Amino acid sequence: MMTALLELEHLSKSFGGVHAVQDVSYRIEAGAVHAVIGPNGAGKTTLFNLISGVYTPSRGHIRLRGEEVGGLPPNRLAERGLNRTFQNLQICMNLTALENVMVGAHLQLDRRFLPVLLRLPAIGRSDRRARERAAELMSFVGCGAYLAAEAAAMPYGALKRLEIARALAAEPQILFLDEPAAGLNATETAELEAVIRRIAERGITVVLVEHDMKLVMNLAEHILVLDYGRKLAEGSPAEVRANPDVIAAYLGAA
Amino acid sequence: MKLLDSRYGGLLLLAAGLLLLPWLAGNAYLLDVANRIAINAIIAVGLNLLIGYAGQISLGHAGFLGLGAYASAILCGSYDWPAWLALLSAAAGVALLAFLVARPILRLKGHYLAMATLGLGMIVSLVLSNESALTGGPDGMAVPGLVLFGWEPQGERAWYWIFATLLLLAIWLAQNLIDSPLGRALRAVHGSEVAARVAGVDTTACKVQVFVISAVFAAIAGSLSAHYTGFVTPGQASFLHSVELVTMVVIGGMASTYGAVLGAALMTLLPQLLSGLEDYEMLVFGLILMVSMIVLPQGLLPGLRGWLQTRRAA
Ligand SMILES: Nc1ncnc2c1ncn2[C@@H]1O[C@H](COP(=O)(O)OP(=O)(O)OP(=O)(O)O)[C@@H](O)[C@H]1O
Ligand SMILES: [Mg+2]
Repeated sequence: MMTALLELEHLSKSFGGVHAVQDVSYRIEAGAVHAVIGPNGAGKTTLFNLISGVYTPSRGHIRLRGEEVGGLPPNRLAERGLNRTFQNLQICMNLTALENVMVGAHLQLDRRFLPVLLRLPAIGRSDRRARERAAELMSFVGCGAYLAAEAAAMPYGALKRLEIARALAAEPQILFLDEPAAGLNATETAELEAVIRRIAERGITVVLVEHDMKLVMNLAEHILVLDYGRKLAEGSPAEVRANPDVIAAYLGAA
Repeated sequence: MKLLDSRYGGLLLLAAGLLLLPWLAGNAYLLDVANRIAINAIIAVGLNLLIGYAGQISLGHAGFLGLGAYASAILCGSYDWPAWLALLSAAAGVALLAFLVARPILRLKGHYLAMATLGLGMIVSLVLSNESALTGGPDGMAVPGLVLFGWEPQGERAWYWIFATLLLLAIWLAQNLIDSPLGRALRAVHGSEVAARVAGVDTTACKVQVFVISAVFAAIAGSLSAHYTGFVTPGQASFLHSVELVTMVVIGGMASTYGAVLGAALMTLLPQLLSGLEDYEMLVFGLILMVSMIVLPQGLLPGLRGWLQTRRAA
């Protein structure tokens, strides 16, 4: 078998007695849109936190292009082309919108300590390029109206897209979106769907957690279903929809 | 206010003020006060990078200042080193020490970080008072004058130009750091540490760099102030002095370089102005601090700026 872009093997995370993620194995091939679904508390966010290095796995393996990355800190994963957004917004409210996106480009920037301290011209040049690129990305995700805004002055829906722009600024190969449509109205959700499609067209592998089933079924080619931290099912949207366990879990939860 | 926001506006304004000051207030006493303000301002500008921008507290920065001061005192006084070499060695030594302790310390958060830096400062202060053979113990020791390649600044006025230049340099360096990707990353850590880390920011490395820079500012200020006053005491490295330095940053306005300068000026001036009150000095001092924190919780400069903006808008 070819090495997958990302491979989870018997991945588990417990918080004291709570088994938030239990023995999950899953392969993510490059170039597809994946979705992770499941009832509230199923462990979706915990799974993202494990993969992005925010949490350390209790057991199991995470392999990125065959390399074991379980337990690496988030910045090391960012260096390896993995990025994410957050379910509960993680925007730097003390920065402008544009600066938030520029933070995403941190790794691309010239940031050697002495040149920075002495304000050598190379630093300014690389920063100006990042600024232009950040502005492009803001327009790309539909935040073009907020180029001059303070992040703290932006509405919720725009902030959710701003997080996507920030993640894209890191030029990731694989992008994890945790409930990007939560709190958005129907129009905003439709716009978001178009944005995610365009991201996928750029060759970035997208993995999203979403409760909006219409969005999931429209976008995802492959779905992982979690329930009580365990893998309940996986497969194409049609397979997952027809799976009796999935139906039971969702009806049971409703 | 607009001038203060532009890149070099504030620096030019301050430079002009510093140039005029000796003509407006030329007597030795006032120049001495100005010099002590500048020394504190250099430290506060560095410490503000750590507290205001990196969001980390240090209750041990007087320790770095003390190390700089005693390194110059001992190396020049007891070993006849040239002053510049002692100063640079002190700065390099403190940089190394700060670097070595920073990683384990900066991994800690909140109260733990405060306790760890407090401990570091206390160790320095204890060593300085107990190693009497080397440091003169609790009585302190005399420091020879600053001789730089045959030139020795004589009197408050000559020193004034040295401190004024260094203050401008310190502000320039601090602003360069703040305006850079590094500074942005630091502010991002303040805003959301997890977001910064996921964006690729090695938060520990950033904090370490800032910790080291702020320690070096304190060490250099310590070295020079030792030569300037001609005497060092362990009190300079004490916990109380560390708290005073933190207060300068907090009262002036965190994440505001000129706020730190203002805070340093106030904290240096207030004891002078209040010295007539004798026993009540500390009481009035504490009251002023409390009231200003209640009325302007973001600190003086950001608070005043906000007040001006709302007034203009109204
Ligand atoms: N840091 C933590 N400490 C303790 N328990 C946690 C922690 N993070 C998550 N959990 C628990 O792990 C379980 C899974 O939570 P998680 O947030 O991953 O669910 P989720 O699938 O993202 O839910 P939702 O759809 O509501 O976002 C829950 O029972 C939660 O309480
Ligand atoms: Mg979640």
